[in-house]
Amino acid sequence: MEIVNFTPVASLFGGVLIGLAAVMLMLVLGRIMGATGILAAAIWGEDDRAWRWAILAGMVSGPALFLTLTGNWPQITVPSSTPALILGGLLVGVGVSYGSGCTSGHGVCGLARLSPRSLAATLTFMLTTGLTVYVTRHVMGG
Amino acid sequence: MRLILSYLIGLVFGLGISISGMANPEKVLNFFDIAGTWDPSLMFVMGGAVTVTFFGYRWVLKRPGPSFDQIFHLPQNRSIDLKLLGGSAIFGVGWGLSGFCPGGALPAIGTGRSEVLIFAVALIAGMGIARYVNTHLAPRFQTPSYARHSPAPHGPLTHLPHETGPKPDNT
Repeated sequence: MEIVNFTPVASLFGGVLIGLAAVMLMLVLGRIMGATGILAAAIWGEDDRAWRWAILAGMVSGPALFLTLTGNWPQITVPSSTPALILGGLLVGVGVSYGSGCTSGHGVCGLARLSPRSLAATLTFMLTTGLTVYVTRHVMGG
Repeated sequence: MRLILSYLIGLVFGLGISISGMANPEKVLNFFDIAGTWDPSLMFVMGGAVTVTFFGYRWVLKRPGPSFDQIFHLPQNRSIDLKLLGGSAIFGVGWGLSGFCPGGALPAIGTGRSEVLIFAVALIAGMGIARYVNTHLAPRFQTPSYARHSPAPHGPLTHLPHETGPKPDNT
């Protein structure tokens, strides 16, 4: 094992902001801050879609605010090939739909609510993500 | 007012994602690569986010209701079933292949990077496929437990809070 690019302070601070957003959304609208649920209901929801699009617009503005504050865009390095991005995106889309949530909904809000269902979901996807990374990096490629 | 506050909440989330490194697939994948180039940073993202949300929710959910809605819309589904675990397992494979999860990728769209846009289109397509299968094809294959836990109006997304009743117990 080799530890690389460890940024505990920035990551902790970013995590605190993510948590604050989740708390504010519950305080203001009484809703769970789950990227999956918000995106799905913004696109396919029957009603009450406007606030979800407003949140999505705010999310997308995040990197520009980061640029304004720091002078740089957030670093994005994509090691995955285009086919892996497409297949990965499809699998994530199907998976979060059936799993009823992703890292923000289950991993942050669900764990914070001490939900056993969210804990089971989070442990499951963390495990399969780790296995997939192991297979793609150390078994197939490396 | 709801829309302005929603935008600002999304902005705080997007800034948090940008600062934390969750929008960066290389960093995310390194977190899961314990056997290789390990970057433990995401433990701090999750730790910070869950801790703040845990104490924040305890405070907020004691209030009679949210500021701009009647009730707290909390998920009612408590079942740990094949749908939850299978879906989560599939999500993890996709996350491991691409390095993007929805909460990381949506803010990253704002950078305009083509890789993010490709992922986002595939993500929405995957969600659409799951919805289509669930609403048009699934009834033929439906198992009893599946039928019990899937309210029709929301398709596969039981994560969408149900619009029932007063403030429920915090599960």
